[in-house]
Amino acid sequence: MSTPRWTKDQMAARVARDIFDGAVVNLGIGMPTLVANHLGAAKEVMLHSENGVIGMGPAPRPGEEDYDLINAGKQPVTLLPGGVFFHHADSFAMMRGGHLDICVLGAFQVAANGDLANWHTGAPDAIPAVGGAMDLAIGAKATWVMMEHTTKDGVPKLVERCSYPLTGLACVSRVYTDLAVLEIVPQGVRVREIVDGLGFDALQAKTAVPLLRSGA
Amino acid sequence: MIDKIVRTPAEALADVPDGATVMIGGFGTAGLPNELVDALIEQGAKDLVIVNNNAGNGDAGLAALLANGRVRKIICSFPRQVDSWHFDRLYHAKQIELELVPQGNLAERIRAAGAGIGGFFTPTGYGTALAEGKETRFIDGRWMVLETPIHADYALIKAERGDRWGNLTYRMTARNFGPIMAMAAKVTVATVHEVVELGALDPEAVITPGLFVKRVVPVARTKTGAGGFRKEAA
Repeated sequence: MSTPRWTKDQMAARVARDIFDGAVVNLGIGMPTLVANHLGAAKEVMLHSENGVIGMGPAPRPGEEDYDLINAGKQPVTLLPGGVFFHHADSFAMMRGGHLDICVLGAFQVAANGDLANWHTGAPDAIPAVGGAMDLAIGAKATWVMMEHTTKDGVPKLVERCSYPLTGLACVSRVYTDLAVLEIVPQGVRVREIVDGLGFDALQAKTAVPLLRSGA
Repeated sequence: MIDKIVRTPAEALADVPDGATVMIGGFGTAGLPNELVDALIEQGAKDLVIVNNNAGNGDAGLAALLANGRVRKIICSFPRQVDSWHFDRLYHAKQIELELVPQGNLAERIRAAGAGIGGFFTPTGYGTALAEGKETRFIDGRWMVLETPIHADYALIKAERGDRWGNLTYRMTARNFGPIMAMAAKVTVATVHEVVELGALDPEAVITPGLFVKRVVPVARTKTGAGGFRKEAA
C-alpha cells in the first residue's frame, strides 16, 4: 500500500489555516506561493514580496499583465486597495527588522534545531545564487517551511544536521510536509498532526530525527 | 540655472572610464534601464565592476555587456537563472569574478554607501558560507556579521517622471534598487518616461530628491523592451 500523503494544494491549505487574520506574510518562491490561493476571504492578510510591494493581490487576468508590477518570482501580480510600493532597502528592513509575522519557505533540508538549508546544493560546479533566502530565513517573527517529507528517493529531509550549505541557523519553527505538521521546540521536533492513515511509527520511520508525540 | 536633462543615453554616459564601478537598477522585468545599458555597451568602457541583483538574462542588456567581455567583476545576489548563459560561461571559464551577496545585505550595503555609513552588523548570513572570514559580534542577543558599504562611480537607474532638478518618481515595483543606487554613486543617471516642469511633481510624492541625481534622460515608453510597460497603459 502506498503511503497516504497530502497533495501540494492540501499542504498549502494546511499552512493557510495557521495564518491568522491581520498577518503580514511573505510567501517564498515555489510551493509556498500556493498558500495565497487558500487564504480565503474571511481573513485579511497582507502579502509582502521582497522586491518592494505589500498588499499583493492575485495574478492578473491574461492580457492585463503589467511587467512593472511583479513579485519576487518575477511573475506579474496585482495590487489590492491599500497596497504600497517601497525600495529594496526598506523591503529588507521590513524583514530584518522583525516587521513580518510569517515567512513560508521551501527547503532542501531542515535540522532538528531549526537550521535551514535551501539555497545551494554545494555541488562544486554549481553557480551559487542566494537572492533573498538568507534574509527571509532569519527575518520574520516566524519562519515556516513547506517541503516534501523525503526526497524522491525516500531520503529524509528532516535531519539531525543539514549536509547542504546553511541558509540560516536555528530559524525554522514549523515544518509542513506532505505527511505531517511538525514544530521545532527546545526539546526537539514535535508532531502536531499526521496525514490520515499514517501512524506515528510510520512517520518516524521516514524521519531522520527522533520525533516527540504531540502533547509530549 | 540647474538643468540635469540630457538628450540621449549616449551623451549621459560619454565619460564612463575603464575600470568604473557601475550600479544598474532593476529586478526582473521591472526597473531595468535598458537604454542606458545599451548605451554603455556602445560606449565601450571596459574592465567594469557591475552591481546588479542578477547577472544578465538572455542575450541583450547586461547579458550583452558581459558577453562582450567588458565586465571584470559582478556583485549580485542571484546570478544563476534559466537564461543566464553568458554569465554561466564566463564564470565556468573563470573570466569573471563573482561577489555573491544576500539580497538584503546587497540593498543595505548600497544604502550604507549613500548614507555615509562605514559598515553595519546584520544577522543575515551569520553562520553560513557567505559570512566566512567576516567579523562577527553578539549584539542584542543575536550574532551579527559586519558588512561594508558598496560605493559606485555611476548608477544607471530607471524612473518614471523627472524634472530638471533631478527629482524622480518611480512606477510600481520598478522602484526596487533605484532610490538607493541613486544615493550610492558619484554620478547617477536616470531615465524617465516623462520630463515635467519644475514644481509639477507633487513634492510629497517625490521618491528620489534631485540632489542624488546628476543626469536625467528622457526615453520613450515603447523603447523600454523588457522593462515592461503595456503600450495601451501609456
